[in-house]
Amino acid sequence: MTDATGRPRTVLVLGGGSDIGLAITHALVARSARGVILAARDTGRLDVPATALRSAGAAVETIEFDAELVDTHEQVVAHAFERARALTGDVDIAILAFGLIDEAPILEETPASAGHVAMVNFAGVVSSGLAVAQQMAAQGYGTIVVLSSLAGQRARPSLLPYAAAKAGVDAFADGLDEALLGTGVRVMTVRPGWVRSRMTEHRRSAPFATSPERVASDVLRGLDRGARVVWSPGVMRLVGAIVHYLPRPLFRLLLGSR
Amino acid sequence: MADDPTSNGTRHRLTGWGRTTPSVATVVHPPTREDVRAAFEAAGTRGLITRGLGRAYGDAAQNGGGTVLDGTALTAIGPIDGPHATITVGGGASLEAIQRAVLRTGWSLPVLPGTRHVTIGGAIASDVHGKNHHVDGSFGAHVESFTLQPPAGDHVVVTRASDAALFEATTGGMGLTGVVLAATLRLMKVETRLMRVHSERTADLDATMRALVEADATHRYSVAWLDLASPRARGRSVVTAADHARAAEAPGVSLLDEPPSWRPTVPPVVPVNLVRSAGVQLFNAGWFRRPLPSEALVPIESYAAPLDALGAWNRLYGSRGLVQYQFALPAGEETTLRAIVEAITHAPAVPALAVLKRFGPGNGAPLSFPIEGWTLAVDFPAGDPALGAFLDTLDERVAAAGGRVYLAKDARMRPEMVPLMYPRIDEWRETQARIDPTGVLTSDLDRRLHLTAGSTRSPR
Ligand SMILES: Cc1cc2nc3c(=O)[nH]c(=O)nc-3n(C[C@H](O)[C@H](O)[C@H](O)COP(=O)(O)OP(=O)(O)OC[C@H]3O[C@@H](n4cnc5c(N)ncnc54)[C@H](O)[C@@H]3O)c2cc1C
Repeated sequence: MTDATGRPRTVLVLGGGSDIGLAITHALVARSARGVILAARDTGRLDVPATALRSAGAAVETIEFDAELVDTHEQVVAHAFERARALTGDVDIAILAFGLIDEAPILEETPASAGHVAMVNFAGVVSSGLAVAQQMAAQGYGTIVVLSSLAGQRARPSLLPYAAAKAGVDAFADGLDEALLGTGVRVMTVRPGWVRSRMTEHRRSAPFATSPERVASDVLRGLDRGARVVWSPGVMRLVGAIVHYLPRPLFRLLLGSR
Repeated sequence: MADDPTSNGTRHRLTGWGRTTPSVATVVHPPTREDVRAAFEAAGTRGLITRGLGRAYGDAAQNGGGTVLDGTALTAIGPIDGPHATITVGGGASLEAIQRAVLRTGWSLPVLPGTRHVTIGGAIASDVHGKNHHVDGSFGAHVESFTLQPPAGDHVVVTRASDAALFEATTGGMGLTGVVLAATLRLMKVETRLMRVHSERTADLDATMRALVEADATHRYSVAWLDLASPRARGRSVVTAADHARAAEAPGVSLLDEPPSWRPTVPPVVPVNLVRSAGVQLFNAGWFRRPLPSEALVPIESYAAPLDALGAWNRLYGSRGLVQYQFALPAGEETTLRAIVEAITHAPAVPALAVLKRFGPGNGAPLSFPIEGWTLAVDFPAGDPALGAFLDTLDERVAAAGGRVYLAKDARMRPEMVPLMYPRIDEWRETQARIDPTGVLTSDLDRRLHLTAGSTRSPR
């Protein structure tokens, strides 16, 4: 149970290898969290982050979770909640941090790889997010942190499956929060701008680039406020509105200038 | 919200008096004992806890995802057994209703906490104390017997002679041994509805402590309201000492009379969330300097529970609510008390209301809070994680000095502290597991602090 001073005890991270997910988790452990479940497709790659979290003072368990295999999510998430209870208790905060990024002119991408990105980034969030929501509703409280993106505000052709999936994620998170009214569970949507991380290391940087740590501190402040949406950095709220409403020719110009 | 047909209850978001840590549970309102028993049978895997009037500050009467049994329908108030000076009442009867019923014939409950809006079940489950603890002990000392509905089987009448371990595990047991359906309590004789109250102002903490020691030597009731809102206040206080007024002291005032229209002097509670520290300091500066009658005749309830005059004052703290930190320190730990008070005046949140009192000897119940020495209760606006870290450091000092935090007020402590503060927890767990072998009884407090042996088992 997150205590009266806003300190959670148990955290579940779906996409336990994600830099942003881990940065948020580290911030929560630095504050109070004592139990962490890291879930990812390749648990071998969780060894390093698990060790880091342990030396920060948390008990950590890793479990297998493949975002693309939506048929498994109900069971995998139930298992994660069970492990959490054995470790430190009910899951106070679940972070949906997994995702793939593909940057290529869309017409040159293979349809299959574009579909995979959509499966992982969107369908995977729908099924695992719903499974988490149901588990949390059954415990009567909890917070789900969904990593969306500024990219979801306006789909760029060079990032299309990713951006379109994030637009879907954003809509899903908003609707899920509404559906959870009265269950004690809430959903917080995080919309970072350009984040320097392993996922983006081969990509060109953008204005207002930020770091996973900065996103994490914005997320913690959002949790304290009970925010539904967190932009990171805050100026992205403005950028998001601009790109969303910009007439297409101007949007094209803006993209062309980069 | 939607009805839950499986248990005949409705889903509700519940918090304690501090309005922090909400969780949603299925709330059932059994009107009879048989329905209480049936509620246990219908409880799901997240178990069941009883709720009284929700005056515990934290999460003791919540059970996220499970069943919360509202016990407030069991309000029967039996006739007074004069020769034995006892009365039998329902577990959901409030202290306020009982006082209304008994005072007119010259009786009073012997222990009254700082609010009358508390049920008998809640008073036993927290083993509550009043301002007369140094003379009369805690609530449990005045309970002759109670009727308990355990999770399975028939209800049992428990006395110290019939099952001492269960009697003591239930006293202060935070509702985790079953539902108190009824209890037989000892009453005390009073000649009037009034208290003679002496008030005294003190300049700092040491003077406050001295004044309390002196008051306790000659008075049945005593308490100090402290100003901790700024370091400069230095623990100045208003100390009040009181006794029941004899008939001769209040000529012409009949026991039948409702209390005279009398405006209680309400202790300093301010909307901290609106005005922040400067406001509290200003407010306190006024309150702690206002003219003070050195002696007054005051209705019992106004002395025992002055905040009741304010109604839902907890809402003044805004949407994030409040945390009350109440701890006890053994006698002889005055240096620790001074150090903690000093630390509190520099806390990351403004301490709004602070009450200091001396406890007499504790009783034999393993989870009963009072121990001989001092107890300080401080209200803070909640919501700041820095407050949590700060209170953790106080926990360590309290535990190291042999003290403890009051579970009925807690909404933030870590489970590691429990065995340090309540060293007899294992003995309590044994009795708890005997009465609830399958671990049906649980609460948010239980899950957070790992009180019952079953609370860490997963899934139940
Ligand atoms: C303004 C204020 C002043 C206070 N002053 C004092 C004080 O001076 N001294 C003091 O000791 N306390 C004090 N308290 C705390 C209060 O007395 C206790 O928290 C008490 O337990 C509240 O009773 P309740 O009926 O509201 O129970 P709840 O808050 O609803 O529940 C508290 C506990 O009692 C259990 N419980 C309730 N009913 C039953 C039942 N029928 N059978 C079994 N278990 C049951 C619950 O499971 C829970 O663990 C104060 C609280 C407030 C708000």
